[in-house]
This record gives sequence, C-alpha cells and structure tokens, in this order.
Amino acid sequence: MLNFTIRRLIVAVPTLLFIAVVIFALLQLSPGDPMAQVPLTVPPEVKERMREALGLGEPMYIQFWKWLVQFFWIEPQVLIDNIFGTHFADGKLRVLSWQTRSPVMDIVVQRLPQTLWVVGTAYIVAILIALPIGIYSAYKHYSVFDNVGTFVTMVGYSVPPFFSGVLIIVIFSVNMPRESFWWFPSIYDTTLKVTDWESFGQQIRQMVMPVMVLALQITSQLSRFMRASMLDNLNQDYVRTARAKGLGERPVVLVHVLRNSMIPVVTVIALGIPQIFGGAIITEQVFKVNGIGQLLIGAIQANDLPMVQTLTFIFAVLIVLFNLIADILYGILDPRIRYD
Amino acid sequence: MTDSPAPRPEIPVTEILTDPVPSTPPRSQWMEVWSQFRHHKGAMVGGFVFLFIVLAVFLGPYLWGLDPAKIDFRARNEGPSLAHPFGTDQLGRDMMARLMEGGQVSLAVGITAMLLALVLGTLIGITAGYFRRLDNLLMRMTDLFLALPLLPLLLVMVLLFRDPLSKAFGTETGIFLLIVTAIGITSWMPTARIVRGDVLALKEREFVLAARSIGTTNMMMIMRHILPNVISPIVVSATLGIANAIITESALSFLGLGFPPDFPTWGRLLYDAVDYLQQNPERVLLPGVAISLTVLSVNYLGDGLRDALDPRIRGR
Amino acid sequence: MSIKSILLGAAASFALAPAAMAERGADGHVNIIYWQAPSILNPYLSGGTKDIESSSLILEPLGRFDQDGALVPFLAQEIPTVSNGGVSEDLTTITWKLKEGLLWSDGTPVTSEDVVFTASYCMDPDGGCAQFSKFDAVDTVEALDELTVKVTFKSPQPNPYLPFMGGQSPIIQAAQFAECLGARAPECTEANFNPIGTGPFVVDEFKPNDVISMSANPNYRDPAKPAFATLTFKGGGDATAAGRAVLETGEFDYAWNLQLAPEVLAKMAEGGKGVPVSAFGTLVERIEMNLTNPSPDLPPETRATVAEPHPFLSDLAVRKALSMAIDREILVEIGYGQAGRPTCNLVPAPARFASPNTDCMTQDIEGAKALLDEAGIVDTDGDGVREKDGVPLKLLFQTSTNAVRQNFQDAIKAWWSEIGVETELKNVSSSVFFGGDPGSPDTFQKFYADVEMYANNFDGTDPQAYLAMYRCGNEPKPSSQWQGENINRYCDPEYDALLDELAKTGELEKRGEIAIKLNEMITKESYTIVPLVDRGRVSAHSNSLGGVVLNTWDSELWNAADWYRIKD
Repeated sequence: MLNFTIRRLIVAVPTLLFIAVVIFALLQLSPGDPMAQVPLTVPPEVKERMREALGLGEPMYIQFWKWLVQFFWIEPQVLIDNIFGTHFADGKLRVLSWQTRSPVMDIVVQRLPQTLWVVGTAYIVAILIALPIGIYSAYKHYSVFDNVGTFVTMVGYSVPPFFSGVLIIVIFSVNMPRESFWWFPSIYDTTLKVTDWESFGQQIRQMVMPVMVLALQITSQLSRFMRASMLDNLNQDYVRTARAKGLGERPVVLVHVLRNSMIPVVTVIALGIPQIFGGAIITEQVFKVNGIGQLLIGAIQANDLPMVQTLTFIFAVLIVLFNLIADILYGILDPRIRYD
Repeated sequence: MTDSPAPRPEIPVTEILTDPVPSTPPRSQWMEVWSQFRHHKGAMVGGFVFLFIVLAVFLGPYLWGLDPAKIDFRARNEGPSLAHPFGTDQLGRDMMARLMEGGQVSLAVGITAMLLALVLGTLIGITAGYFRRLDNLLMRMTDLFLALPLLPLLLVMVLLFRDPLSKAFGTETGIFLLIVTAIGITSWMPTARIVRGDVLALKEREFVLAARSIGTTNMMMIMRHILPNVISPIVVSATLGIANAIITESALSFLGLGFPPDFPTWGRLLYDAVDYLQQNPERVLLPGVAISLTVLSVNYLGDGLRDALDPRIRGR
Repeated sequence: MSIKSILLGAAASFALAPAAMAERGADGHVNIIYWQAPSILNPYLSGGTKDIESSSLILEPLGRFDQDGALVPFLAQEIPTVSNGGVSEDLTTITWKLKEGLLWSDGTPVTSEDVVFTASYCMDPDGGCAQFSKFDAVDTVEALDELTVKVTFKSPQPNPYLPFMGGQSPIIQAAQFAECLGARAPECTEANFNPIGTGPFVVDEFKPNDVISMSANPNYRDPAKPAFATLTFKGGGDATAAGRAVLETGEFDYAWNLQLAPEVLAKMAEGGKGVPVSAFGTLVERIEMNLTNPSPDLPPETRATVAEPHPFLSDLAVRKALSMAIDREILVEIGYGQAGRPTCNLVPAPARFASPNTDCMTQDIEGAKALLDEAGIVDTDGDGVREKDGVPLKLLFQTSTNAVRQNFQDAIKAWWSEIGVETELKNVSSSVFFGGDPGSPDTFQKFYADVEMYANNFDGTDPQAYLAMYRCGNEPKPSSQWQGENINRYCDPEYDALLDELAKTGELEKRGEIAIKLNEMITKESYTIVPLVDRGRVSAHSNSLGGVVLNTWDSELWNAADWYRIKD
C-alpha cells in the first residue's frame, strides 16, 4: 500500500501540471473581459489601457509561465516568510488578483475561516445525520421510517438552495419577531470575532440557517447511497453466516454489513471534502457568507483570471489528494482490494 | 433461470409423482423481473405518477388550450382562479400552460442528461475498476473533469458549439443538444468514482473468481456478474441525477447560457418565482412540487427495479 | 450622588440635545449593504460603481454634484466659474482654491501638491487609470501656492469640471501614493485598501469583495460630524436580499440600487422597517437598431459592418413602426415602478439638455401597421410575417441576462408579433455581453443581432462626450478590434458637423439647443435608438436613518457625513 501511495503521489505531479494547463487554456478560451463590469461611461481607449496595465497584452505562454513561477516559487517563499519571519519574498511579485490588485493567496486565507466554519459544519452535521438514517432505513426496508426518510431526503434534494434558503430566511428572519429565540440573522457577519461565550453564541446563530440548507442537500445524497449499499449487503451470504454463528444483530449490522457498505459512502465523502474548501456557491450567496465559493463565482463573473486559475488549481490539488485517500481507504475497508 | 437444477437426492419417488405438473412453460429471467417489479407497491405508484406527469405535460397542452406565451397585462400576478387555476405570472401568462410547457423541456433535459451522465459514468467506472491498466489513466481524467471550473467550461462550450449546432439542427434542437451534453459531461464523475469503488471490491469476490475459472470472457463477466451487482449505486445516481439536471438547467438559463428567455422550464419558473415567495406562494410551490414529484417517482421506480433485479430479495 | 449616576445623567442630556448640538460619533453604528461587493478602495484603479461609491466615504474630490446636478464645493472654497474669475475667458484654464486648514485623516495638512500629485498619478501612461478620460484634455496641473491649483487644458473646454469633480476623481494623498506611480500602482495593496482621505470615515479593516469596517475620521473638517462612530459596509448577495435586510428584517440601515420588480419592492416595503427612496439621473434603457447586416452567412470581415447595410432595419419606416408598437407605460409598470418613467429621449436630463419630445409615449399598433403597409412592407406569403423585398421581418433580439430585461423582451416580442414582425430572443451573460472580448460573438459592441437592449448614461451633467459616441467612424469594426462606441453604426455628416459646433460652444443656452437637436436626430428623426425607460435609482434606508439625500449625479453616499440616527 505504501508503494502504491508513493507511486500515486509521483503520478500526481504531471497530472496536476496537465490540469493547470487545461484550466489555463480553458480560461483563455472562454469569452469574457475583466473590463466587463466597468461602466459603459468609461471609453474603450481607457479600458484598453487598463487591460494593458493588467498584463493582458502578453502572449499566453508568458502569462502561464509567470503564474507558474509566482504560484510554485514565490508563494511558498511568502509562506515561509510568514512562518519564520524571513524575507525571501520581499519585493517579488506575487499572484495578483485583477479585481483587487492584491495577492490572491491573502484573500483566500481571509476567506477560509467562514467557508470552513459553514460548509465544514454542514458536512459534519450531514454525515452524523445521514449515516444513521441510511443504515436504519436499509435495516427496516420499506418500514414507515424508511418511507418517510425517502420522501424527506428526495424532496430535500430536489429543492434547490436558492429556494430553500430564501424560504427559511422568510420564515426565520422576516416573519419571526426580532426578540424571539427563533430569530436568526439573514446576513452572515464575517467581521464577528469569537472571543467569549456571547460572541460564540452569535457565531452559532448566524451559522444555523446556512448550515441547515447545506446539510439538507448533503444528507439527502449521503443517506441514499448509504441505504442502497446497506441493502446490497444485508442479504449477502456472510450476513446469514454471521447470524447463524449466533452473533447479535448489532454487531452483524454495525460491524460486518456497515464496513462492507462503506465503499460508495467513502467515495461520496471524499468527493465532497474538496467542496468544503470550494465552498457552496449558491448558499454562500443567499446568506452573504462571502467565502471561497462566493470568491470563485465573483472572480469568474469579473473574469479575474489569476484568481480563478489559483482557486481552481488549489481545488484540483485537493481533489487529487482526497481521491488518493479514498483509494487507500478502500484497501483498509476491504483488504482484498489490491492495486499493484 | 440459467443455473441447471441441482440433482435432488433421496426424495421418495411418490412425492415427485404427486408434485403438481407445471402448467406454464418456465418463464424467462426478464419475465421474472417484470413480475417482481409489478408486485412492488412503491414502483407501481411511482410509475403511475411518472406516467401521469409525462401525459399531463405532453398531452395536457392540447386539452388546456391556453397559449403559455400569451401576455395579458390586465391579469398580472393573479392568484388561482377558474380561468387560471394556477394563477398568472408577472406578465399575466397562464401558469398552468407554462408549467406544462416547462415540463416538456425539463423532463426531456433531465432524463436525457441523466442518462448520458449515467452511461458515461458507468462505462468509465466499470472500465477503470475492472481493467487495472486503464484505472490510472481514467481516474486521472476524472480528476481533471472534477477540477474544471464549470462556468468557464460552459461558456467555452456555448461559444464553440452553439452556432454550429443551431445551424445543423435548428435553434431549439441545437440548444437542447448543447445543454444536455453540457450537463451530461460535467456530472458523470461521481457515478464513475462510485461505480469504480464497488467494482474494485467486487472483482476480488469469490463468485468472480469462480466465473473466471470456468473461462468467462471479460465482456460476459462485466455484463453478467459485475454490472448487476453495481446496479444499486447506479439507480441512486440516476434519481439524484434527474434532480440535478433539472436544477442545473435552470442555473444555465439564469446565466444566459441555456434556452432562449421565452422558453419556460421548471427550474426557471421556480427561480423566477422565488422573489414572489411572499405575495404569490403558489407560483414557487407548483414548479417545486413538480420537480419533487418527478424525482420521487423516478426514485421509487428505481427502487422497484433494483429489488426486482436482486435475486436474493426476489420472491420475498 | 455617585460618579456613575452623574455620568449617566450627562449621557442622557446629550441624547436629548437637538441635532444641531450633535457630537461626532454620538449615534453609534450604521450598517450599509451593497449587493455588489467593493474590490478596491482606489477609484483610479477600478471603474466599478461599487468601488467608487464605497471609496467616496473616505476620499473626497474638490467639488461634487448635488441631488439636482448642481456643483457644490467640497474641498474647494468655491466652484470656479468664468464670472468669479476661476475659469479663464478662453475656457482653457481653471483655478481651484482649497479650503483652509484641511487635514488628512493621519493629521497632516492637505495641500495643492496633493492635487497635482493626483493628476500625475492618473495621467501616468503605465498606470492604467480608470478615470483617464477625465484627464484626457488636461495639459498641465500646477500648484500656484499652498492652496491654489491651476489646471491648463490642451484646448478650450466648454465643460472644465472634469478632473477633481465627483466621486470618480477624488484627491489622494501624495505622501501615501508617492511610490505607487505608473506600473507600480497595483503593488501598493496597503494604500489601495486603506487610502488616507479627507472624508468622514477611515478604514479600520477592508476585506476585499466582502466587507469594510470603518470608523469616524478624527480629523474631519466639521467637528460635529459624522454622527456615526462606526460603519459597516457589507457587500455581496443580490438586490432582493439587500432590500429584505433593510425593509423587512431591519438588520441594515441602507441598501443600494434595489433593482427589483415593483410589486416585489412594494411587498417588501410593507415590512415597515424602512422606506424605498428614488431619484432620476440620465440612465436610459433603450433598444438599439443595427443599421448593418449581422447575418451569419456573411464573411467575418464584413458581417455587422458598414459595408453591409441591414436588409430592412436600414428602412426608417421599419424602425419607426417598431418603436410605435411599444407601450412604454406598461414596460415601466412591469419593470421599474417608481424607479422608472417612459421616455423618448437619449438625454433625459438635465432639463437644459432634454428634448421636450413625447411623440413615442402612446402605443400605436394600428399606426405602425399602416406605416408598414404604406411603405410596401406587407405579408406576401401569408405566414403572418411581413416581407421587405422578399426578406421576411425576422429579428434576433439580444440583451444581457437580467430578470427585468427578459420580461421586457417577452412583452416587446408580443407587440412586434402584432404588427407582423417575428422576433427570436436571446440573452447573454452580462460579463460576456458588456465585455470587450473581440473573440466572442456575443458582445454588445459586435452586435451580431438585429436589435439589442441595454442601458447607458453619462458622467456628470454634460452630454457632449455621450452624444459624440455616435460619430461616423466611431463604430466597432474588425480593424478596431471591435472597440468603438457607435453601436448602431449610425453615420450622418450633418450630425458630425453639429457635434463639432457643440465642442466649440461655451454658452450654456446654445449648448442646450444643440444637444437637444442632436438627441432628436438620433431618436425621433431616425429611430436609430429607441429609448424606452428613463431609469431612476431606488435605494432604501431604515426608518431610523436620517439625512439621506439620494443623488444620482454623484456617489450615493456623497453626504454620509450628514447622516444621523433618528431618535424616537
């Protein structure tokens, strides 16, 4: 397994470089202009000068090379400087966003906390709810619990967050009286710093609604896969053998069946974790969480190519990494799986 | 069934003689599956609901007769009435007619895009999981597709293919093909990874070994032994995929990448109505219910299909 | 009596004091929400409205436009004019005098050198300054003494109030930006995110594309202002959410530009936590007619260029009939409500420049049909669509993606079908539509459609540059990388001659007459541009926020120093 991991990590380098090239080419090819949001009152000659100041006139391979150097050579230096107080990166040009003219990585670091708080919590909540629902629904196949669970999760999945988010805002922020315990803020305050219990309470309150909306979607998806996979395994011969051996129901279901049913669930979770970093575009927009998802969509709309390139690349690294972790987990869950 | 019946030892002859003689010829596997499916309550209800939605959406407009594009400025934002049972929208157009017309597009897009993603995902997943040589290549390609930013990708696709497709197939069909392909090729990756994960575990199981030892070819192995065993994650992917495709289509038209603006779809009706949530709640509820019902009915159909295909559950 | 109760009593008496005796920071905190989040606080590096308006809380120009478009001095003692001697008789120089005793928020004095520096910052050829057009006509800017600045233009300027006027060109501190000239401008992140200014507020923390925390400027020139000690400027979301936060949940005090369907806004206002306010400027939603042929069958060198006149839109009767078929009252009702009014003019304001033309106000379907019949454009093959010289009147109608515009498209399509014109609708994502990517077929400049709809306005109160966009040769074309402002490819030598005359005329009365004539030539005489709605601005403020004066000629937050909390 170690061999396999090392080999995969080595393969990851050319894979990621290739992905970087494809993303870059895609962004160059896609129509759009960083000046699109500048009002029409600004004449075209001035816009042309602004484009030149952004370095748009340069040939593509030079732009790509610049980004590679800035991202792989200068940004790590900045990181080292920040940790050890050294001055390797002083005066060197970092990856600059076209919208803000400031280093992209600084903004990413600024955005991470709210994204991790909201989307991360939603994932944890969803996993904690989805796995028991999935397991119990499969165990009590076609019971009332199963049918209600199916109904709720499928409706939950087919209602998009641009609707469910607005719906709960109308219920809990608009129609609920302000003094009520059940009133929640509709706008996420990113300047709130958690310093004591009171501010922690406020933080929890402002997270409740976005986390609810996101968790509903993730729960639906996870619990469906969990249920289906459990159903496949509950009727296998080894389950009958285990029961025949006199093993109790609990260990049979929660140890043997669960372990063998985890492969699709692990896949779905591994696919989802990079998305915790990537944020949730619509939910962040509805609740004004202004995390990474909002940063990405804003950058795409403003054609801020350095920002989009950097964000999608970080995203790609996480995807490659977590898919590798999933592959390793398969081997642990089912030792018969071999890769070499 | 194809398995040859095992010889039954030591049963008194009399019993065999008194056994009822089969009055009908043995049924094929698919007949068996069908009879099982027919007895699945959820599947039958799901099937009827789905059929009803399809009929309502495709035949309804002939019965109802109101033009979904007919604008009536005197009847804007009306609640349900006899003339307009589902009310009217901000331009006074009949919501019922629009829901029917929107359903045609949404159902067509949802089902086609889902099927495309499913076929692609299953094909790639099984190939990667089964043939070790291709695994790395295919999974790195999956990583690439997962990493690509959706919006620029769609913009590029629209830029490159909209005009040629419109020219070749006419505007509507051209855009339909474009949207279905766009949704299909950007949503097959989870299915591929899930299927691959299951196949990786399946191909080490004893029955695969047994099948291989009697000389089953790869093609036969996949068709007979691997595919039926990964059917349940595929069914789940299918139901989630329909909902996904319908919603994604609405996001596309919202971004100006989808159907022309005078083309109602369920997702779009839902999106447009969100602002009117407080004054005309029925406008947002109806498309929402339509999407949910479709997804639910497909889900139950899938459940039934899965159960019917599972020989261990069959006959319970 | 304990010290605490004395203090409490003192605080109470302050609270009871009338507004005139108000003290800086006495009213606590105010929350502003813009559904577009500011990216940078230096308006010279970004032309975006969100950036200009947010930075206007911190940076100030010499003079601003007030809610009526009149000039008011801010950092200047008075507005220079020919009559007070500030503007030279030959209209080539303007001399500004700064107020005495002005301080930057860091406590250093504001001098004429800062003004000179601001000009050199924006005029640097490598800086990519977004407000360069304001300085285009400037020859030199020199400091005559500590407080006096003289701007010399290259040629006589009938409108000399371009640099240092309005939110787009405020004064920046020379000391802070000294190292940020030219190509180095983007590297000064600290200065761009936290400019030192003279405005009522200073930046405490700026999170780009998210939120700005500000507090009162301790060195603001009026010791009693601003009334608020701290301010949060939140960005992001959409107009619906911003409106809801002010009108329904009461979480925010001020929401910018609530472009919402009228009935949605009305329903929100019933929430009772705040009031929508509206004002009108020069923004006009219009349909632009393509006078050239956009047919995809033409080669890319001549498609949508003057080499290929449009098969039927080049006919005045068709253009006029299309305009007559539109009911502008209904468009206002479905799209803008109190934030719109029907108009037939490209230049709807100020009054001096606005034509009295109202002949498009009433819809006339029958008249439009008769006009087309008269011109011999009739339905010859019985398919319900008229033909001109065998070419059916089938239009491709494009616009950017936006709920109101799509409603307009649907309505206009229905009216046009009544007069026998078939319309195909198309919407394009606004980041593509308004972008200038010459490789994209969907930009509004390229105009690969027969008609298109969008809105435009002009900076300040003088429409000369705006009307000059429609000059012959200024059209987007392949040789200019599809850049150009004459979107319709309009060309009339008489129009160009009048434009030259306008550029030479200094007398306001006469300028007004010429501008009205130019406006009419392009609208009611040729129907090249079909104006639909004069779009105002709707914003909303909470019931407890006082002093809001909505201004469409300058930054909406132009008078934030005067805002206060209404006590009940």
